[in-house]
Amino acid sequence: MIVKQTNQKAWFMVLPVFLVVAFSAVIPLMTVVNYSVQDTFGNNVFFWVGMDWFKELIHSDRFHAAFLRQLLFSGIILAIEVPLGIVIALAMPRKGWGVPVCLISMALPLLIPWNVVGTIWQIFGRVDIGLLGHSLASLGIDYNYTQDPIAAWLTVIVMDVWHWTSLVVLLCYAGLCSIPDAYYQAAKIDGASRWSVFRYIQLPKMQRVLLIAILLRFMDSFMIYTEPFVITGGGPGNSTTFMSIDLVKMAVGQFDLGPAAAMSLVYFLVILLLSWVFYTVMSNIGENSSNGGGR
Amino acid sequence: MAKVTLNDIAHSYNGPSDNPDDYALKKLDLVWRDGGAYALLGPSGCGKTTLLNIISGLLIPTRGQVLFNDQDVTRLPTEQRNIAQIFQFPVIYDTMTVFENLAFPLKNRGRTKEEIEPRVIELAGMLGLSRNLYTKAQHLTADAKQKISLGRGLIRKSVNAILFDEPLTVIDPQLKWELRSQLKYLHKQFQFTMIYVTHDQTEALTFADEVIVMYEGKIVQVGTPEALFERPEHTFVGYFIGSPGMNIAPCTLQGNRAVVEGHDIVLGRTYRDIPAGAKIELGIRPEYLALNPPEGQGVPVRIVKVDDIGRHKIVRVGLNGRELNVVMPELSGMTGNNARLVFDIDHTNIYVNDQLVPGEPR
Repeated sequence: MIVKQTNQKAWFMVLPVFLVVAFSAVIPLMTVVNYSVQDTFGNNVFFWVGMDWFKELIHSDRFHAAFLRQLLFSGIILAIEVPLGIVIALAMPRKGWGVPVCLISMALPLLIPWNVVGTIWQIFGRVDIGLLGHSLASLGIDYNYTQDPIAAWLTVIVMDVWHWTSLVVLLCYAGLCSIPDAYYQAAKIDGASRWSVFRYIQLPKMQRVLLIAILLRFMDSFMIYTEPFVITGGGPGNSTTFMSIDLVKMAVGQFDLGPAAAMSLVYFLVILLLSWVFYTVMSNIGENSSNGGGR
Repeated sequence: MAKVTLNDIAHSYNGPSDNPDDYALKKLDLVWRDGGAYALLGPSGCGKTTLLNIISGLLIPTRGQVLFNDQDVTRLPTEQRNIAQIFQFPVIYDTMTVFENLAFPLKNRGRTKEEIEPRVIELAGMLGLSRNLYTKAQHLTADAKQKISLGRGLIRKSVNAILFDEPLTVIDPQLKWELRSQLKYLHKQFQFTMIYVTHDQTEALTFADEVIVMYEGKIVQVGTPEALFERPEHTFVGYFIGSPGMNIAPCTLQGNRAVVEGHDIVLGRTYRDIPAGAKIELGIRPEYLALNPPEGQGVPVRIVKVDDIGRHKIVRVGLNGRELNVVMPELSGMTGNNARLVFDIDHTNIYVNDQLVPGEPR
C-alpha cells in the first residue's frame, strides 16, 4: 500500500498575499464597517448603534441632495465627454505630422495633477484677475462662480470636460486605428453612407473601448473631489457639494465618524452597483440590438 | 456587366516619379472581355492587389486610364463604379444578422424589401447560409464569415465586374473546392466579368478562362492555362507555374543544338541572330524529361534524390553539378545512381534574357 505523505506547508506560500490584502483592503474596510455601526463621544468610547446610522442616512435630505447633485454631475459629464470624445477621435488625422501633434496636445491635460487643474480654473475664472472671468465680465456677461450656482456648475463641468475628454478621445482613437482598411474599402464597395460606416463599422468596433471609457469616466466623475473643492469649496451654499465633498465635511469637519462611515459604505455600493449596470448593459448591446432583424 | 479596359496604367505609391523603381505597377495595357473569368496570378508583392484596387477605384492610378465599356472611370469614386470586391479576410458588419449583411449593398442602393428578400434568400441558399440567415454574423465561423463576404459581392446582379482578392485564403481546403466550383457555376449562370487575384496556381488555373501572370509590377504573360504550361513566355512563368516548376539551365546555342554543361542537345528548331552577350537559357518542364537506364540513349546524369509523391515520382538528377527535376510515372529498370536523360525536343524552349524566343523550323 502506498502511503501518501501530505503536509500543509504550502499554505505558507500564500501567506504574503493574505497579509498584503489584509492590510491594504480588508482591515481598512472593516474599520469603516466597524465605525458605521457604532457611535463615539471621544476618548475612544464606542457605543453599539446597529443600523441606525444607515437608517438616518437613507432618510436624510442632506444625503439625498448630495446624491442627486452627484448623479446629475456624472450624467452631464458622460453626456458631454463621450459624444465629444468620439467626434474628436473621428476627426483626428490617421497619418502624417498631425498625428503626434494631436496625440500630445490631447495627452497634456491628462498629465496635470487634479489640484493644479482646480487652481488653474479657479484663477482662470476669477472676475478680477482671471482671463476667462474678466473677459466675460467685460463682455457684460454676469459670471461669478463664487456667487452664482449656475456659473459654479458651468465652471466645474467645463473644467472636467477640458481635463478628461482627452481620455475618451485617446481610447476611441485607439479603437478606430485598430479597424483594418478592408472594412472601409468594403463599405465603399457596398455603397454605405458616412453614417452607415459610423453606425455599422466604427461604433461596433469601438464598443469595447467605449465601455472602458464610460466606466472610467463614470467612476471618476462620481468620486470627484479635488477640483470642485479647490474651485468652489462646495459652494456657493451647498450647490457644488458633491458626495465626496459632503463626506469629507462630515468625517473631518464635523468628526461624525459613524454617519461618515455609513455614507462611505453606501457611496461605495452605489458606485459598484452603477458600474455593474453600465457593464452589463453595454456588453449586451451588441448581442441584442438587432436580434431577429432583417425582416 | 462590362468590358474593362486598362489604358497605359502605372502606379507609384509615392506619387509621380521618374524612377521606375518607385512604380508598384509598371506601364500596362489590358482588355478584360465582358463576361470573362480571369485570374491574376503572381507572387506576393507583384502588384496584383494594386491593380485590383485601381479597377475598383480604391486607388487612383498615377498614370493612365480605366474604362468600363467606353466610359472613362479613372477618377470616379468606388461607390459610383458599380463594382463588387471581395477581400482576403472576411469583412462583415458585426452587429447585423447574416440576412442584413447580404441585403446591405442592395439597401444602400435604395432597393425595396420586395426586391431584396427573394434575392438574399436565393443567394444564401447557393452559399449554404440558409440555416443561419437570422443569426448575428459575428457568431459564425471564419468560413461562414467569408461566405457572407462573398455573398455581399455576388448579391447585385448588375455589377460591372466582381473582383476577388485572394478570397479563399482563410477557407479550409475541402471547402475551397466547393466554393470555387460554386463561383464557376455562378459565373456560368450570370456571366459576370470576374477577376480573381491569387498566388495559388491551382486556384488560378481551375477558375479562369484566361490567366494573367504578373511579376515585379509587370504582366509577363496572358494566356489560357494550357498555354502557360506548354509555352511559358517568360522564365518566371515557367518557374512559377507547375509543381515542380520548369527546369531552367544556362546554355549556349549552335544553330539547332544547345550546349548544356558541356553536353550537346539537339533541338526541334533553329535559333539565329541571338544578340551577343545575352543571357541564354534552356527551359524544359520536368514532365518532358525522361530517364533511360545507363546503357541506353541520352545525356549521362547522376540520380541525386527520388521523391515519391503518390501519382508519380520526382527525380532530382545532377548534370555535371547542375540539378534538374524529372517527373516519371515509374522508375523501372533503374539500378544504381547512374542514368541517361532524354529531352522531348518539341517541348524544349529557349529563353533569351528571360523571354521566350520562337526560333525557326528546321
